[in-house]
Amino acid sequence: MATTQQRLLLSGNEAVALAALHAGVHLGTGYPGTPSTEILEYLDHIGGKAQWSPNEKVALEVGIGVSFAGGRTLITMKHVGVNVAADPLFTAAYTDLIGGLVLISADDPGMASSQNEQDNRHYSRAAIVPMLEPCDSQQAYDFTLKAFELSERHKIPVILRMTTRICHAKTPVVPNQDVTPAPTPEFVRDIPGRVMIPAYAKPAHHRIRAKMAELTRFNEHSDFNRIYPGSSELGIIASGISVMHAREAAPQASLLALGMTWPLPMALIADFVRSVKRCIVIEEGDHLLYEALRAEGLMVEAKPEMYRFSELTVPRVRRILAGDLSPEPQPPKGKPPELCQGCSHRPVFEILGHMDCIVAGDIGCYSLGVLPPFNAMDTCVCMGAAIGVGLGMRHVLPEAQARRVVSVIGDSTFVHSGLTGLAEMVYNPPPTGHVVLILDNSTTAMTGRQEHPGTGRSLGHEPTNKMDFAAVGRGMGIKNVHVTDPMEDPQGFASLLQELLAKDELSLVIAERPCVLAAPMIRVYEQAAEEKLQTSCAGAVGH
Amino acid sequence: MSNTVTNVVFAGLGGQGIIKSSDILAAAAFAAGLDVKKSELHGMSQRGGSVTSDVRFGSEVLSPMVPAQEADFLLVLEPTQVEINRGLLRPGGVLLSPDLIPDGALRNKKSLNVAMLGVLSVLLALQPEHWEQGLKECLAVRLHKVNEQAFALGRRQGEARFKS
Repeated sequence: MATTQQRLLLSGNEAVALAALHAGVHLGTGYPGTPSTEILEYLDHIGGKAQWSPNEKVALEVGIGVSFAGGRTLITMKHVGVNVAADPLFTAAYTDLIGGLVLISADDPGMASSQNEQDNRHYSRAAIVPMLEPCDSQQAYDFTLKAFELSERHKIPVILRMTTRICHAKTPVVPNQDVTPAPTPEFVRDIPGRVMIPAYAKPAHHRIRAKMAELTRFNEHSDFNRIYPGSSELGIIASGISVMHAREAAPQASLLALGMTWPLPMALIADFVRSVKRCIVIEEGDHLLYEALRAEGLMVEAKPEMYRFSELTVPRVRRILAGDLSPEPQPPKGKPPELCQGCSHRPVFEILGHMDCIVAGDIGCYSLGVLPPFNAMDTCVCMGAAIGVGLGMRHVLPEAQARRVVSVIGDSTFVHSGLTGLAEMVYNPPPTGHVVLILDNSTTAMTGRQEHPGTGRSLGHEPTNKMDFAAVGRGMGIKNVHVTDPMEDPQGFASLLQELLAKDELSLVIAERPCVLAAPMIRVYEQAAEEKLQTSCAGAVGH
Repeated sequence: MSNTVTNVVFAGLGGQGIIKSSDILAAAAFAAGLDVKKSELHGMSQRGGSVTSDVRFGSEVLSPMVPAQEADFLLVLEPTQVEINRGLLRPGGVLLSPDLIPDGALRNKKSLNVAMLGVLSVLLALQPEHWEQGLKECLAVRLHKVNEQAFALGRRQGEARFKS
């Protein structure tokens, strides 16, 4: 391989991590979530500093701190994670950032592994933040480098929006490392730029609007956007993966590929629209681009409503261009996923089903408890909702039904968003009491077995402080706290549950059993930690 | 236009090594200096459920997903997954089903994915050194030998089936 420049085959996630490393990122933070998870894992793997936060809000807050201190920071999450981080995001936009802050929003159109298919392009408009949308791994790399520079130049957070087919598709990348060097962290006081009390936030709102006006002018001539010249009969405007689908579906068309999709380069777009006879917007998800262009008075066509749902593909883009509204062929129905053989969630859902519990569920592998043969979950909304939803039902259901309500939540999900639910339970206990069940399998299983504050290991599987769920429950004032292994003693687990459901008291049951897929690796990590401890003890004696 | 690009779809169940075998093919095509794209879905869909992975390579590849009815090759690791995915093949496309590898022929049943790549190799223009590089890049050193044997076995089966 005698090439002067290295050529690599990388997923979009790997490309982002490599660019962050090349940009000298000081800290990567985030919370695992498909399809974003591999970014921080790969950053750690190639020698960058990366850590999991308990949730996306905290991850972004840590990132904001890094930026105020003058460091570069990469914050990663799935689309619904941005909802959790929205509070700091909207006000971070008002502040004057120092070190480059790049937020990765990894959307999941088609919901391969998510509870909704929200379109996070809305966030750039709502939070007043520039957005970049790469169309392959090369752009994921290039745009990440440029995002750090953009963020520093305009003192503003930058969202790099990816989707499943950008995150997980592997495509060639030539890394160029062409980036201004990272600043050196140093504290410089800037009270009006960072303390968002009304007196400072009012001028800050004007500042951010001025920043966006400046970015609009920049984007009119930026190299984020590209025109593929073609026939003047048909013009297509697209961004992200839709660029690739459109180029393949209509190779003869003129195509405007937008890489920086907020703020929009309206003059560039208007010129393009006027250069073709028919112009159609090919966008995955909502009709955001179309609506913005129509509001500007541009004569463009939208895709028909039926194509708002799920991912776009080359055949779907062909259908859109042909105005085909006939029912689409259904993709092959495969075998649905299921809980692994030997999974400790299995006996739990068998028992919950047997006892005819009303189960307020949550997000994780254990969401599969809703499917046959268990059919043992009644609600699943968002991270941590099990506890609040369970309490709400307890408050209003007739007593006999209220007594059957159980909140079921995983360990990582509990740390992410369950703690405030417990506070609510202790503060506003339902008359029949309540039972919260933490399914603690010592890992964030669904996303590929990541560590979290309850495992006592960091992102790189090194030992760190471990959060004690039972102590938390007792400390918060829950009367009955039990730790049990549902696999070893299913009978004991069932009678414990029966007993607690009969009481008018608050209970927390921690069903502890490592995930069958994670257990072998956990043993390896524990052994490595032990060996390290022994070597360092031996070294200490030598002193 | 599309005949400058080779489209391969891998199909099976979570845990069978679908993603791994598509990684190996992508790495082999990449080692041959071609443009390559590879795409699949991660997460919930992999908990023992149906899994497919798309690999496309050629002089220039655009979309990372193989359009339905445009697969040149459909490589299936699990018999139950043949019928539900057959529609992905283009007319005249080649189905490679696991019965091409005789029962008991593999020293380790887990290397069925690599044996099937051996079958596929007979039908593609990639050179042995590209396959070798793909296997080495994607598999841990301790797995090289058993998988090289599985690949060679698959190649022999492929030659008997498609070259006679």
